Amino acid sequence: MSDEFTLKVWRGDKSGGQEVEYHVPAETGMVVLDALHHIQHNQAPDLAVRWNCKAAHCGSCGAEVNGQPKLLCKTRMDDYAGETVSVRPMQTFPVIKDLVTDVSWNYQVAKEIPLLEPTSPAPFKMQQIDADRVQEFHRCIECFLCQDTCHVLRNHEGQQKYFGPRFMAKIAEFEMHPMDGEDRIPLLAHQAGLNMCNVTKCCTEVCPQHIRITDNAIIPLKERVADRYYDPIKILLRRLGGKKGEPGKANTPVAN
Amino acid sequence: MAQPLETTSAQKPKSSAKPKPYWVEPLITMVILGVWVLYSLWEVFFHNSGTYGNYISPYFSPGVGKWFGWHLLDGLYVAWVPFLFRFSCYYYRKEYYRGFFWDPPSCAAVDKPRPRYSGETKWPLAINNLHRYFWYLAFIVLVFLWKDAVQAFFFKNGFGVGIGSLLLLINAVLLTFYTFSCHAFRHMVGGRKDCFSCDGKPTTSYKLWNRVSSWNMFHGTWAWASLASVWAADLYIRLLSMGVIHDVRLF
Ligand code: SF4
Ligand code: SF4
Ligand code: FES
Ligand code: FES
Repeated sequence: MSDEFTLKVWRGDKSGGQEVEYHVPAETGMVVLDALHHIQHNQAPDLAVRWNCKAAHCGSCGAEVNGQPKLLCKTRMDDYAGETVSVRPMQTFPVIKDLVTDVSWNYQVAKEIPLLEPTSPAPFKMQQIDADRVQEFHRCIECFLCQDTCHVLRNHEGQQKYFGPRFMAKIAEFEMHPMDGEDRIPLLAHQAGLNMCNVTKCCTEVCPQHIRITDNAIIPLKERVADRYYDPIKILLRRLGGKKGEPGKANTPVAN
Repeated sequence: MAQPLETTSAQKPKSSAKPKPYWVEPLITMVILGVWVLYSLWEVFFHNSGTYGNYISPYFSPGVGKWFGWHLLDGLYVAWVPFLFRFSCYYYRKEYYRGFFWDPPSCAAVDKPRPRYSGETKWPLAINNLHRYFWYLAFIVLVFLWKDAVQAFFFKNGFGVGIGSLLLLINAVLLTFYTFSCHAFRHMVGGRKDCFSCDGKPTTSYKLWNRVSSWNMFHGTWAWASLASVWAADLYIRLLSMGVIHDVRLF
């Protein structure tokens, strides 16, 4: 292994930019963020990169390493031994400077989602098996790498039509909660745009927290939307029997 | 806490080999699925029977045509069921959206903006939201395939085992795993519930859901394996009836 890494780091802002080549002495166990810090300290003090924990916990350091959405602090340089490592900002979000992007759209989306509406006052008693299912989604660190890779947002200008995978996991977390009384199925079917997702699983592939977003959040939610809006027999039975849903859940579809 | 829900380890292949160009995977999918579709069309449009002795090809079972005395393109009366079942399968959706539609061609690529993309919100692709109905139909077909698998062990001269019997049995087993690891089935048996333990102990639907979830982790594997077994069983029987090969009897 050579004792030097070659990086091409995208430098610029919203008016444009280009990749700049840097060389960094190799150290054992070095992650991409270490290499960027080395550049910052020794060669380019004005290099902008967002980070906080350096422990894959805060979700601030998302960027694209050789095209793949990655946490800079969790991606080892020796995974790319012998290659030039290109580091670019997440391409789905507007760039502010260098590797820092403006992810505020995500916080706007988050506000659209009704929070947990407990059916009885907390504290609740829940069995572990019920906690486990929603706990998977609690692992999210809001790095937005899944939002970055999702082709609906990335290629199809879907920001107006789809909340994105991170927020499907968030909705699943509330929807599947045994003590929740809110009904988010109409939201999913309309404004949140669940069916813009075509279950191609890039979000699952990039999630650094290994949340199985597509299998455990999106597909189960799609099935719930199908129950309500697509399944002709279920729709008919509901019409015949009046409202008949799960306890505590309103069952009337809202108009789009 | 080894939930079947969760991936337990990072599945990062550590290899120093250069990563494949991003279009390799979709291309492979395209070729395999494409050849399979062409083969299936040839099979159901150019043949009127898939029977050889006690072997019945999965493409021609159940023989609905025979029940009603229609004898034109026998395979067609049923072949659309597994076809639509697989077409609307969540796993194959991923494969063909990536492979044929290039939506997306890869998780790293940035494509030209196509604001007309509508996902699965509009017909005809919205039909995929009715996957459960194709599951119901596929389940009925599966029952017949098990009957065929058993029948494949009973030759004119009594019980025996031929390569064909084994192929049909393996096919029935793999299709069973494929069918019962389905996402829609996972929803039906328990996933649709918010509370698995509200009576204080794990409900039957939790246990079912948990079991289906663990099979579901390998749904893609079952999907490819059962595709291969359907193909192998049919091709074997087709070659037998064309006289190209002779059935090998183990005993
Ligand atoms: S599975 Fe759906 S949400 Fe996830 S990246 Fe693909 S289209 Fe986006
Ligand atoms: S779901 Fe995963 S990829 Fe998406 S924001 Fe959360 S941790 Fe990041
Ligand atoms: S710096 Fe916190 S996740 Fe990378
Ligand atoms: S999801 Fe693949 S068969 Fe239902």
